[in-house]
Amino acid sequence: MATYSTNEFRAGLKIIVDNDPWSIVENEFVKPGKGQAFNRVRIRNLKTGRVIERTIRSGDVFEAADIVERELQYLYQDGDTWNFMDAGSFEQYIAGKEAMIDAEQWLKGQELCTVMFYNNVPLNVQPPNFVVLKIVETDPGVRGDTSGGGGKPAKLETGAVVRVPLFVQTDELVKVDTRSSAYVSRVKE
Amino acid sequence: MTVLWRPSADLALLRQRAAWLAQVRGFFAGRGVLEVDPPILARSASTDPALACFVTRYTGPGGAETCYLHTSPEFFMKRLLAAGAGPIYALTKAFRDGEWGRWHNPEFTLLEWYRPGFSLAELMQEAVDLVGVLAPSLVREPAETLTYQEAFIRWVGIDPHTADLATLRAAALARQIVLVGAPEVRRVWLDLLLTHCIEPQLGQGRLTLLTEYPADQAALAQVCSAGPVPVAERFELYSQGVELANGFHELTDAAEQARRFSVEQRQRHMLGLPAAPEDRHLLAALAAGLPDCCGIALGFDRLLALAADVQALAAALSFSWDRC
Repeated sequence: MATYSTNEFRAGLKIIVDNDPWSIVENEFVKPGKGQAFNRVRIRNLKTGRVIERTIRSGDVFEAADIVERELQYLYQDGDTWNFMDAGSFEQYIAGKEAMIDAEQWLKGQELCTVMFYNNVPLNVQPPNFVVLKIVETDPGVRGDTSGGGGKPAKLETGAVVRVPLFVQTDELVKVDTRSSAYVSRVKE
Repeated sequence: MTVLWRPSADLALLRQRAAWLAQVRGFFAGRGVLEVDPPILARSASTDPALACFVTRYTGPGGAETCYLHTSPEFFMKRLLAAGAGPIYALTKAFRDGEWGRWHNPEFTLLEWYRPGFSLAELMQEAVDLVGVLAPSLVREPAETLTYQEAFIRWVGIDPHTADLATLRAAALARQIVLVGAPEVRRVWLDLLLTHCIEPQLGQGRLTLLTEYPADQAALAQVCSAGPVPVAERFELYSQGVELANGFHELTDAAEQARRFSVEQRQRHMLGLPAAPEDRHLLAALAAGLPDCCGIALGFDRLLALAADVQALAAALSFSWDRC
């Protein structure tokens, strides 16, 4: 497996630390004039998303994390597995529940997702930034009722719940930003 | 399309840089200190395991040989001192491989000067005076002086001269500093605590002079054994958390210098570092007699960057390494 020394550190580089894959977020070279040089890094755990700070002696070497990202089309769910396909090669891949944490509630079928593979196993699935889904359940929402902070909860066809404006009704299509779970707009059929 | 052809410093700062070079020359001319510009290229290299020299090759008449770019003009300047040059300064490029970051560039400018007959306190005062002339905004308050030990006690709560490895490790952990690899070397933990916990506190609002380094960090300074613990007659000047200058009461004992070179060569070997041919001309100069003197090397680019408040060295260099 490839290795990287601290000299090659840059944002986005993916390395193994304590047996997990991490992406370097920030890298700072620190050195007292006549002493040990260090790299102070902020790294994000690609399994959990947690960001931590670490100090590394300059010159230390790390194993590269075998991370590959693929654009795959979501096909269907079968119990605790989600099936994806590479539209170019028709190769199929299966993601488990852990990898679907960010995406599960937004997908109904056919969406193009970014799937991060670690050692050839799907680690994390990112849904498209925006999805259009139908509201299956929401209160009518009385005009002037600001008790809910100016919006109301709405359940979407995939099970996701988002806050929508009071004028939006059941059976309407809405565009949602999956990164923030925020309502963007209504969509005409 | 790339903008990397452009300088990394803006033109206003380059004009300020030029003005500073003239001011430095005026400062030293007024004090009777002679400007020298010794070679950058030498057959010897720095033996300090923490420094990496650029290596190159001479291939002309006289025979091909490996040679090195200096990490500081120190060795040539000491030879000048031993030859009777008197107080001297050099404004010169220095080269350090493997050092690039917010406050480092592999090629940088050092202002280095030597004062025969000065005490360390007198040299520290002269350094503060010079900064006051070039960058008055950095010396609005009187400079403070702090020993290495006092700084550790104040900001880390431990005595750096006596704390054992376990204590140093625990102190780092208590401050959420996690060092990957956990080496069994006291010096690494001291450097870790210094850079992470202490340096950011130094030089805030006023210049800070850090003095009395541990004896094993003496480099080319004399060691004073008068106090409870032997300490190096060495100081560092800080402004705004950035290390600006390193000063020594210079070692004049040729045998001790040779011994230190050997220790460093062994350390280099143990760390798997390339051999660094030591400077025998320096040893010969010391044997001939180096006058009692104090010397200091100041990072000219860093001082300029701090005075101009540009937050990174690259903005004080005409072209930082990525544009060369």
